Amino acid sequence: MAQFNEMYQGTGVRPPYARLDDWVAAMPQELRSLKQAEAEALFRRIGITFAVYGEGGDPDRLIPFDMFPRVFSAAEWAKLEKGIKQRARALNAFLVDVYGRGEIIRAGRIPGRLVYQNEAYEKAVAGFVPPKGVYSHIVGIDIVRTGPDEFFVLEDNCRTPSGVSYMLESREIMMRMFPDLFRENRIEPVDGYSEKLRRTLASVAPKKCKGEPTVVILTPGHFNSAYYEHSLLADLMGVELVEGQDLFVDGEYCWMRTTEGPRRVDVIYRRIDDAYLDPLCFRPDSMLGIPGLMDVYRSGGVSICSAPGAGVADDKAVYTYVPEMVRFYLGEEPILNNVPTWQCGKADDLKYVLEKLPELVVKEVHGSGGYGMLVGPKCSRDEVERFRAKIVENPGNYIAQPTLALSSVPTFVEEGVAPRHVDLRPYCLVGERIELVPGGLTRVALKEGSLVVNSSQGGGVKDTWVLAE
Amino acid sequence: MLSRTADNLYWIARYMERADTVARLLEVGSRISLIPSAHGYRSEWDSLLQATGMAESFAKKYGDPVQRNIESFLFFDHDNPSSVASCFTAARENGRIVRTALTSQVWDALNTAFQELKALERTPRSELELSRLTDWVMRHAAMVRGAIDATLLRNDGFNFLNIGYYLERGDNTARLMDVKYYVLLPRVDFVGSGLDNYQWSTLLRAMGAQRAFHWAYGGDVTAAKIADFLILNPQSPRSLATCAAGLVNHLARVAKAYGRETVAQEKARALLAEVEGATVEAIFDEGLHEYLTRFIADSADLALGIHDTYLSGEMR
Amino acid sequence: MRLTVDHVTRYHYDRPVRSVVQSHRLTPSVFAGQKTIAWEVTVTGGAQGSVFRDGAGDLVQAWTVAGPVAEVTVRVQGTVETVDLTGVLRGHKETAAPECYLRATLPTRADTALDSLARSAEGADPLALAHALSAAVADAIAYRPGVTSAHTTAAEALALGEGVCQDHAHALIAVARVRGLPGRYVSGYLFADADGQSHEAAHAWAELYLPGLGWVGFDPANRCCPDDRYIRLGSGFDAQDAAPIRGIARGGGKEEMDVTVAILQASQ
Repeated sequence: MAQFNEMYQGTGVRPPYARLDDWVAAMPQELRSLKQAEAEALFRRIGITFAVYGEGGDPDRLIPFDMFPRVFSAAEWAKLEKGIKQRARALNAFLVDVYGRGEIIRAGRIPGRLVYQNEAYEKAVAGFVPPKGVYSHIVGIDIVRTGPDEFFVLEDNCRTPSGVSYMLESREIMMRMFPDLFRENRIEPVDGYSEKLRRTLASVAPKKCKGEPTVVILTPGHFNSAYYEHSLLADLMGVELVEGQDLFVDGEYCWMRTTEGPRRVDVIYRRIDDAYLDPLCFRPDSMLGIPGLMDVYRSGGVSICSAPGAGVADDKAVYTYVPEMVRFYLGEEPILNNVPTWQCGKADDLKYVLEKLPELVVKEVHGSGGYGMLVGPKCSRDEVERFRAKIVENPGNYIAQPTLALSSVPTFVEEGVAPRHVDLRPYCLVGERIELVPGGLTRVALKEGSLVVNSSQGGGVKDTWVLAE
Repeated sequence: MLSRTADNLYWIARYMERADTVARLLEVGSRISLIPSAHGYRSEWDSLLQATGMAESFAKKYGDPVQRNIESFLFFDHDNPSSVASCFTAARENGRIVRTALTSQVWDALNTAFQELKALERTPRSELELSRLTDWVMRHAAMVRGAIDATLLRNDGFNFLNIGYYLERGDNTARLMDVKYYVLLPRVDFVGSGLDNYQWSTLLRAMGAQRAFHWAYGGDVTAAKIADFLILNPQSPRSLATCAAGLVNHLARVAKAYGRETVAQEKARALLAEVEGATVEAIFDEGLHEYLTRFIADSADLALGIHDTYLSGEMR
Repeated sequence: MRLTVDHVTRYHYDRPVRSVVQSHRLTPSVFAGQKTIAWEVTVTGGAQGSVFRDGAGDLVQAWTVAGPVAEVTVRVQGTVETVDLTGVLRGHKETAAPECYLRATLPTRADTALDSLARSAEGADPLALAHALSAAVADAIAYRPGVTSAHTTAAEALALGEGVCQDHAHALIAVARVRGLPGRYVSGYLFADADGQSHEAAHAWAELYLPGLGWVGFDPANRCCPDDRYIRLGSGFDAQDAAPIRGIARGGGKEEMDVTVAILQASQ
């Protein structure tokens, strides 16, 4: 499989990367080590670390940061932006539909089973339309590239996509370390993200809220691996970072406990799962969450972002139908393509998957973070066979995709500079308007030849540039 | 602000101040143990643990109070919630939770102390002298305090930090003085002796207040002057009067900002009135230990009032 | 039939609690089989919170009680005019898709025993099948109070061979799903008429979704379909999801609950 190098083509350098060729050539080894150490120290100092669930070890582990940026031309980005916004609109239209009349199911365009029997479908919000008809306010869309003009969506994240702090902090650190690069290249800024996010959240305040809405970020707490991100966003937006214990329900509203007494909360940007929102509604055994919150939400006393139930749109089995959603709701052809996907729950697909297993990537329908997946070509015969047994046991739990030749970007490695595979997660904001900052999180598989970019599996991050026209 | 945020800030201050005191206690203990024992019927280290209320948990884990164990217990032991290591770790953890309420300078100071603590914990004990450790603690405590004073917005968060500092400091000064009661007044005939004065000086030195004391009073070190300095003198940075006044001041600012008075302000004013109304004679008449015990109880009661009012989130 | 309800739930805490939050589904459903003449829910020391009709058509009313409080009493009093629709839930407005009730929850998951019980039932059409399933459940689980608890699953009740209306309803939902029929749990009241049969006044049964008929109630515990002796309150995946009162007390002691229900026929 020929793989696409985003910088070098043959002996030439692709235009967006033109100035980086000189930059890296002019950087002596010592300076590079020095800068790398400086970057790491900066990351550690601001406290942006990443704890991997279930792995124990150092809770203060850093995600490796690679200084070699990933660059998009204005034209490339323009197309991506259109495609991403289109997808975010379709996903939200889908959510409003399936919690309403379910037209797309009645029309036979997606099996009702996949939606209504989905664990992520919340009966509790059936019949409810959130303010501005938005369920997923921050849509993180994972995109891979295989050629100059070939982009594929790997998965959608409609609940609470994380990683945006890396987009913001990577940029800060690059600007601090290499100001010249930013003078020489005209790079679109990303620091408008927090203001756009605040506006998006404020725009979906409940109708009952008069005046400037009070927005909060709800975090599971400082032991959570993404806590730094929660606190950074709260800080940048100038809103309170709350835990469940800080909120309570009284009358028709939700309140936070402050030193001055209760203060009404209008919009909750939650970074916790549906199951932990309200023990009265979801998990009666749990003391986490805010008892009575869902009743307040359903009666329009508070907005919750993403809306409870949004997860049904980013399920890996539903993913297959997103292009269908684009056609059905928007009457447009999808700009971004899906990766061809086989549903192991379908007999024909299963047969094909089991036949071609060593060539395919197989994922759990509800899995995330690169866990419980098989990358056929990278696995031993034994591993493939063990995975085969798991698929046969519960086919509905798996989907399979071809192994894509992910594009690569030059990356600093021990021996110098070498291509490493990357993906991209832009963050699309959906409120009164749909907005996208020019950039995103580029994750890089630091191991040679590896296609797994998840930070929990040894992936790193890069600054993502979008050049101005 | 969020009650939980106020609570975290308040505890950052309390933990940093407590670590500072524990380091000073170690200093007192080691200095006192360097001079010939007055009597031998009671170990100075034991008295020190008694005064700080940590004797029982120490005995459970270590048995005899020998200096090396005491150092471990007061400095490194994460099982001891008042050890320097526990306090620095807890202060940094509280800081991490409320990062958004701190400036990067304050966070840096907290985080640096924590990171250096990790390094110290990896250093062989034989390479660590006690005096180096205590200096190190006091330096970082001062750096955090300095960063707070120099960079933080003068909002309610700043007030809750200071309330934590003054509460802990007042309590700690009272307890440090009580060490003198336990260690230094075993028999009445020692009072006023050369040994007695030497021990008072040690205490002053541990509080970093020896020079200030001499500037303020001059002449011999006497129990009456020390009591005046550490309890009543509003110029002394660690005196009970200074701490009570600090509490009244910062609670008043909170009340003004929020537009209402609570039981916390009332209790703080009562505490200050009590200290301001006292004289050295009256204190010694009551008994220094009894007076200090009463102050510690009143200050704990004020802490409870502050908690119930502002920090618990139950205010309506 | 005109029925009056007096339903009192008393919560007692051994130490006073700081606050209580409750979510009620204690209002009679709106459909052709019943008409509410008068209805009132009171909560001692409580303040009414949010109110809305959910996707399943139930009226949800939130309450908060500010503490400290050691006892909270919820009292439901009212009168409902009922009509026998042979179990059919006619004229009930709801938006939740029936298909979402094909999802199993812990108490309604079918084990192999429930699976074979489900497959033992026969019926020429869905309605006949539903009746057969209900009868099969009634045969397999004898009515006997006190042997099962609120947390007993359908599978456990079937293994025991005994249970109460909650167990019957869970079991019927489980076997219906095996046969591809959406099933849900319904909570309500039952008037114990003069025939002296044993009934539970705070009652529960199941509804199965039948093509052409929509939701139809089946009460295996009484081997019948709900008629004019039944008052319907609300529904859910299982007993917990359909609970008429859900509540959480914050801070404080252990909770004890005491319930009395009186359903009487009103003198016309």
